[in-house]
This record gives sequence, C-alpha cells and structure tokens, in this order.
Amino acid sequence: MLDLSIAAARAALRAREFSAAELTQAHLAAIAALNPRLNAYITVTPEHAQAQAKAADAALARGEHGALTGIPIAIKDLFCTAGVRTTAASRILDPFVPPYESTVSANLRRDGAVMLGKANLDEFAMGSSNMTSAYGPVANPWSRRGDNRPLVPGGSSGGSAAAVAARIAMGATGTDTGGSIRQPASFCGVAGIKPTYGRCSRWGIVAFASSLDQAGPFARTVEDCAILLGSMAGHDAKDSTSADVPVPDFAAACARGVAGLRIGVPQEYRSDGMAPEIEALWQQGIAWLRDAGAEIVDVSLPHTKYALATYYIVAPAEASSNLARYDGVRFGLRTDGEDLVALYENTRAAGFGAEVRRRIMIGTYVLSAGYYDAYYLRAQKLRALILRDFTEAFRTCDALLTPTAPSAAFGQGEKMDDPVTMYLNDVFTVPANLAGIPGLSVPAGLDGQGLPLGLQILGRPFDEETVFAVGATLERAAGFDARPAVCAGA
Amino acid sequence: MTYTIDGSSGAWEVVIGLEVHAQVISRAKLFSGAATAFGAGPNTQVSFVDAAFPGMLPVINRECVAQAVRTGLGLAAHINLVSRFDRKNYFYADLPAGYQISQYEHPIVGAGRIAIELADGSTKEIGVTRLHLEQDAGKSLHDQHPTKSYIDLNRAGVALMEIVSEPDLRSPEEAGAYLRKLRTILRYLGTCDGNMEEGSMRADVNVSVRKPGEAFRTRCEVKNVNSVRFVMQAIEAEAKRQVAVWEDGGSVGQETRLYDPARGETRSMRSKEDAHDYRYFPDPDLLPLVLEEAWVTELGRHLPELPDAKRARFMREYGLPAYDSAVLVAEQATADFYETVAKGRDARLAANWVIGDLFAALNRTGRGIEDSPVSAASLGGLLDLMADGTINGRIAKDVFEAMVETGADAATIVAQRGLRQVTDTGAIDAAVAQVLAAQADKLAEYRAGKDKLFGFFVGQVMKAMAGKGNPALVNEALKKALG
Repeated sequence: MLDLSIAAARAALRAREFSAAELTQAHLAAIAALNPRLNAYITVTPEHAQAQAKAADAALARGEHGALTGIPIAIKDLFCTAGVRTTAASRILDPFVPPYESTVSANLRRDGAVMLGKANLDEFAMGSSNMTSAYGPVANPWSRRGDNRPLVPGGSSGGSAAAVAARIAMGATGTDTGGSIRQPASFCGVAGIKPTYGRCSRWGIVAFASSLDQAGPFARTVEDCAILLGSMAGHDAKDSTSADVPVPDFAAACARGVAGLRIGVPQEYRSDGMAPEIEALWQQGIAWLRDAGAEIVDVSLPHTKYALATYYIVAPAEASSNLARYDGVRFGLRTDGEDLVALYENTRAAGFGAEVRRRIMIGTYVLSAGYYDAYYLRAQKLRALILRDFTEAFRTCDALLTPTAPSAAFGQGEKMDDPVTMYLNDVFTVPANLAGIPGLSVPAGLDGQGLPLGLQILGRPFDEETVFAVGATLERAAGFDARPAVCAGA
Repeated sequence: MTYTIDGSSGAWEVVIGLEVHAQVISRAKLFSGAATAFGAGPNTQVSFVDAAFPGMLPVINRECVAQAVRTGLGLAAHINLVSRFDRKNYFYADLPAGYQISQYEHPIVGAGRIAIELADGSTKEIGVTRLHLEQDAGKSLHDQHPTKSYIDLNRAGVALMEIVSEPDLRSPEEAGAYLRKLRTILRYLGTCDGNMEEGSMRADVNVSVRKPGEAFRTRCEVKNVNSVRFVMQAIEAEAKRQVAVWEDGGSVGQETRLYDPARGETRSMRSKEDAHDYRYFPDPDLLPLVLEEAWVTELGRHLPELPDAKRARFMREYGLPAYDSAVLVAEQATADFYETVAKGRDARLAANWVIGDLFAALNRTGRGIEDSPVSAASLGGLLDLMADGTINGRIAKDVFEAMVETGADAATIVAQRGLRQVTDTGAIDAAVAQVLAAQADKLAEYRAGKDKLFGFFVGQVMKAMAGKGNPALVNEALKKALG
C-alpha cells in the first residue's frame, strides 16, 4: 500500500480496495517507525490526518471524490497551516501557530488530501543540505553502498523529499527558491517540479525571497507530481504575483510523448569539473529522448555563469527585508531586553541560525547606500539577461535538458566549512528561478555508489505540460525502480 | 513685498519646501481589507497583513489608487501610467514588517502646481514635484505604562499621499497659504479630510536661508508639524536659527529637526550621519502599478469644480469681488450654501449676508456650515422678505437673530412678532408729528440751520415705530413735515 503511486492509490480508494483510514494509518505507523531515524517531519499530525481520512472515506462512500481524496501527503513546514504549528525550521517561529491556512495547502485539502505532518527543511528554506534546520538535520533514506554514514537529502525541502522517498508520504509540498525542490528530488531519487513563477499562490507561505519563491510538489512519479500540481496551482487574488491563467490537465500531458519536440542542450551547463557520472547520465538522457522521437538541438545560454552570483545577491537582499518582521514584538520567539533595540538584538540572535544570519547580513549589505548600484541593480540587469537567454533558447527548442545537481547526495557535515561550496549545489537549478520558468527533476539513474541522480527539464513559462511530457518520457526510458536503504513498505 | 529675516549682515531670504502627508479617504487600507475609521479601539482594525504575519501578502486597494489619481488631476499634475512600489526598510516597533511600502523612484503622480492667494491680493504659483502613495505606520504609545510602550496598529497600513512641493515658497505666509490651499483642494476632491488635529494631514518643512541672489544653501527638515500655525512658526524660528548660525561664522548642517511649539524653537533630531539607510528596493510582492489611460480620463471627467475655477465663476457670474469669492470657495460646503442663497436673488447681498451675519452666527454658536442653525433656504427666505418690502434691512437683522435662536423660518418670525414693515403713510405721519412735538428744542435748532439733525429725527421716528417704518416713506414724511 505504501509503495503505490498516488494515481494507483487513488484508483484503489475509489474502488474501495482499502480505505483512506487504512492508508493513512499505514503511513502514520511507518512515520512512527522511520521518522526517528530520518527526522523528515518536524511535526506529525496524526489527529488531523485521521480526521481528514475519515472525512475522505465518508466522501468516497457518497461517491464524491476530489483529485486527491484520501491521499496522505506531507506539507513542508514553510506553509502556514491553521491551528498547526508552523516553524520554518527556525527557533524564531518555534511557538508560532498560524490562525490561517496557506492557499496551496488549502487547495490540497479542498481536493481531499490528508495532511500527515509538517516536513523538515533548512531554516527559512535557506540551504541545500537540510543541515541548517533548528530541528536537526534530515537523513537521506539512501546511503552509499557499504557505507552507513548519513547523507544529506538536499535542501531546502529535504524533509519533503526524504519522506516521499522513504514511503512515509505519497507526495509532499515543497518550495523552490534556487533549487529547493529539484536538488533534494535528485538527491532522494524522487520527482519534483518547480512550476512557473506565479503558477501557485505564495499566500501563507513563509517568505524567503519573494521574487523567486515558488511552491511545487514531490512524488515518486512524474504523473503524481502532475496530479498534485493540478490541485496546488491556480490564480489567487490574495497574491498579486499569482498568474491569472487557466490550470491545464497536467496529468494528461504526461502521456503526450516527445515525438516532434525539439530538446535543447545548453552548452554552458557542461562545466570542466563535471563529474563523469553526471555527464554520462546527461548523455543517456539525451539518447533516451532522441530514441523517443525528439530532435536534439544545441543551445546557448551565455549568461549562465553569472546566475549563481546574481542569485546570491537577489535572494539575500529580499530575505533581509522579508525576515525583518521577526522582531519578537507580535508573534514567535521573544527574548526581552532593556530597550527596543536590545529586544530586537536578543530575539534575533537567539532565534536565527548562522546561515540565516549570514544571508541577512549579505542582503543588508548589497542593498546599502553606495553598494546598491554595484550589487543589487547589476544583479537585476543580469537577471533580465538570463531571462533573455532562455527566451532566445526557446525560439529554437521546446524544452531544455540538463543535470539537476552537480553531484549525488553528500555526507552530513560535508561542504559545511565554506558556504560557497554549498552554494555551488544550486548552479544548475538557480537560473530557472531567476527566469521564473518551470523546472522538473526526474530520477534517471544511480551513481557508482548506488545513489540516485536526477535530470532536469526546463520549459517555457506556463508550459509545464511540455515539461511533464518530457519528464514522463525520461521516466519511462529510465525505468528507475531502485529503493532507498531506509524505506517503508514491501 | 519680500519677506526677509534681518540679520546683522543684512537681509536673508527664506527658502521653503513642504512635504505633506495626506491620509487618503478610503474604507480600507492601502494593501489590506482592514478598516480605516478614526477613533476605533486600539488594535481593532488590524489584519494579518497589517501585522505582517508570516506569509501575508499586500494587494493594492484600487480606490486608494483612484484617490491618488484624482488628487494628481486636481493639482494639474502629470499622471504616471506606470509606477512602482518600493520597500523602505527600517526597524521600529510600530512598523510591523520592518519596512514601509512606498514609492521611491517611480511615483504615481509627477509634476503639478498649486496657485496660492496672498494677503495683498496677488497670487503665486507653487510647483508640486511629485505625489506618491505609501503606507502609514502604527502608533507607539509611550505614556500608558511606566516602563513599556504600547503599540496600536490601527493606523498601520492606512494609505497616505506624500505631496512634495518645489522649494518655491519664500515666507511663512506663503507656506500657510500653500497648506490651506492644498487642504481646500483635497477636501473638494474628497481625497483627504485635511484634518491636521487628527493627524490626517501632517507636514515636513524644509527650510534654508540665503542672501538674495545666491544659490540654495544647506536645508534642514523640520519633521511632522501638525498645524498651519505651527508650520508658519517653525519656519520663522528655524530661519532665524540658521541666520544666527551663518552670521556667527558657522555653517548649517543637513539634519532633521523637531519643532517645539511650547518653546517656539526647533531642536535637532538626527544629523545626516545618523540618517537611516533605508535600503530601498522594489517590493517583490507587488507588480508595477499600470493604469489605463481611459480609466484616468474617466476619473478626470468626474472631478468636481475646483476652488480656482469656482472662484473665477463667482466673480464672473455673481459679480463678487475677488476677496469675497475666495472666502466663499474656501470650503465646498460654504460655496454650495452661498449658491443656494444667491440663486435668483441679489447675489452681492447674499454674499454679504453669508460672509457677515451667517459666519458671525456660526462663530458665536461654534457650529460649521454643515450644521448651520439657519439653512440656505431659510436665509434665502429672509432675503426674499427684504426684496418684496415685507421687512426692512434693520428688522432683517433682528429676524435673522431670531432664526438663529429658534430655527424657525423668516416669514414665521415676521408674522409671529408683527415685524412687517409699516408703509401706511397715515401711521408714519402720526409718528412724525409725535416726535416733532416731543422734541421742540431740537426742532428749533434744526430750523435755525442745524441740518444734520435730520438723521436724528429719522432715528427717533423709527424708534417710535419699533423699527418697522419703511425708511424711504419715513424720510419723505419728515421732509414734508420739516418743510
């Protein structure tokens, strides 16, 4: 039961082969067994899950079913959930119980999804390893062959990816600001899509970098991602940047195939230091798509080399402002001081971890008088050039194929001494955020140590359908059926 | 006549620019649905957006944008069809998000102008640099607890228009006239109630001094002055301070100051070195604000007649002097009242009654034109009774006072109190005979050539008739009797 895809579980629920309560109970039991090892959930919500499962069974009994009725999922703990503590994996929000529900989680609930709990993440979604969570790191369910040392699940949505990989959730929500869905999907051997900026409402999601943040799903199949995204997406008048465009049938697009599509391979992603296994997998992906009827074209994205630097100016700048509200005055952690400034300093020193503080300082610096033009303004200009690169590329191709991440999952504690080494994890994923285009990571194979590797498909704005079509084709060709070491189910 | 500050080195000219924060009249806040009413209990009009809870996002209030556009049109200003919202970052307890959403580089309204009228009857055009929309902050209450400050977020997020003038003002009088004129225009437009006591209009005053003919010298900004009178006082105090600094061989440094009305002086708040670095950048939660030209045009079509146009029309249509017209158009309600009274009547007489007797009565009773004890229709009725000879002008004053007291209309009072003018020549002749008989001495003096006693006899006859005699007939009868 735990191994089923969402599509299969949905059919079984509708056929009454098992109940939503049984499905939820199986997941809750698996969480109880595995979460102590994985730490994928910060908060498990069995009462909520059981009540929602019961409601789902009642609906199914009446013959009513939404797209996700009875499907148990994890919600990244960056989405505000009414009455359920929402921490953003930060001490500063430790006592915070929102009185409102984020639009995306409300949409999932509307369609019948059952929330198992709140998934762990890097603090305020700032990280690529899940090592910055105030609630401890998440362990990747995968480990290197013959080596039990814990690996990172990637980040920031590491808890979501790990939960889906370990079969302690059928799907999960994530957010992706610079790769926070796609990189952990790649590290954990699951599928994950960052849709077009504006496709999902940001209302009720704790903000990291507002112009880059975008919610998206994780699941074990591309089609499941498409089903979840269909529920999550849609225009929301409460988010001025949410796009008023129709939500197509993403799941149907998964069956389209790639015959006649032109797939671009960006030469600038082929760095000298690229691991041979990553390079080989990329070539394999190209071959699979060609065999499936796609035409492969070389494209150039000349400003790619500036993307990471641009990102690490824009994202901290916005974060430094977005995180100013955590001041101990109205909600969350408060550490008193003899005056207002001391209250701020004490609260923020006690509440924010090192990486969050580092980014607030970088962001404050790049926005400062005298530095704004040199950093923020130039970054904005580069951002426009990076978008133009993609716009140009999409004149000659329908989607792009790249590796998702420059490596497989690394060990907990590795890459921690130099933040820039950690930031390099995002090198292939960041450009899509800067350009606002959709990107999907699909598990495509294992490296020599038995760790999953993903391939990334990038598409035109609001053309997730083509991205899903390409992703599903790769998925079929790859036939990825490896299972992680820590895994519930059969 | 140029206003100058006389220092030991001669005359100094004063250069003034004003930044006015005007609270937009709207039911909801600039970026949230919370209400904006003044005087509600603390923290009762606060949404999660205003309190900057995690994940909350701003959505622009269309009506606030319309109000800014109306104001821009009323100031004959350029409307920018594309403008942008920026974040102004600073920490303060009554600024929940840690930033104010404002418009820094690309305001919604560009250059415009305001014509001000001065006491000598001249007018002067003052340039408006820009108008932008921004959020107000909440209120810190420091006097509620010995060691703590309380925060009221009702005002947090309310829409403000910041209206910035060019440094075109040269005296406290001009600054006062500018503020009053701006307030009049805003009130006509219905975009701000202009109530400085409640804080819905506040001014930051930029002041510098210079020798005539010089380029601008360094200015200081006097923050948050909350009445026209204080603005005028603050300018004079600050200009005098700067003159003293320059003449002592010092130099005025750019800084922010506060005006203390009790001491009549400005005090330093923070110097340029201590100035906040606001780290402005475009608010990524909001798209650029794009207006359709047709929408702006439509708003323009529905603007009311503005004070300058109305004043010109009053002079043209009613033949009123410039001063009277200016007084009558200062408030739209007064202008409307006047036009109701003047319609189909002697327009100049109507103006005299409104500006004279009515304003005096309002002053005395402490009421405004909106709740005047005498309605425009009633005052018109009084004028009608004078026009048709039912009462004379002197009785009219008494009738008016009775109308103020009782609220009854003129005809009722005249009927009840028997104040109808006497035109019966028999009764007048009898009164004349009676007065002349009683004043034999004066009569003798008159006959001896003291002509100016005629007026005395008129007065005595009117007195004998309780003021009700028709003045022309009384004159005629007296002339006849006195031969």
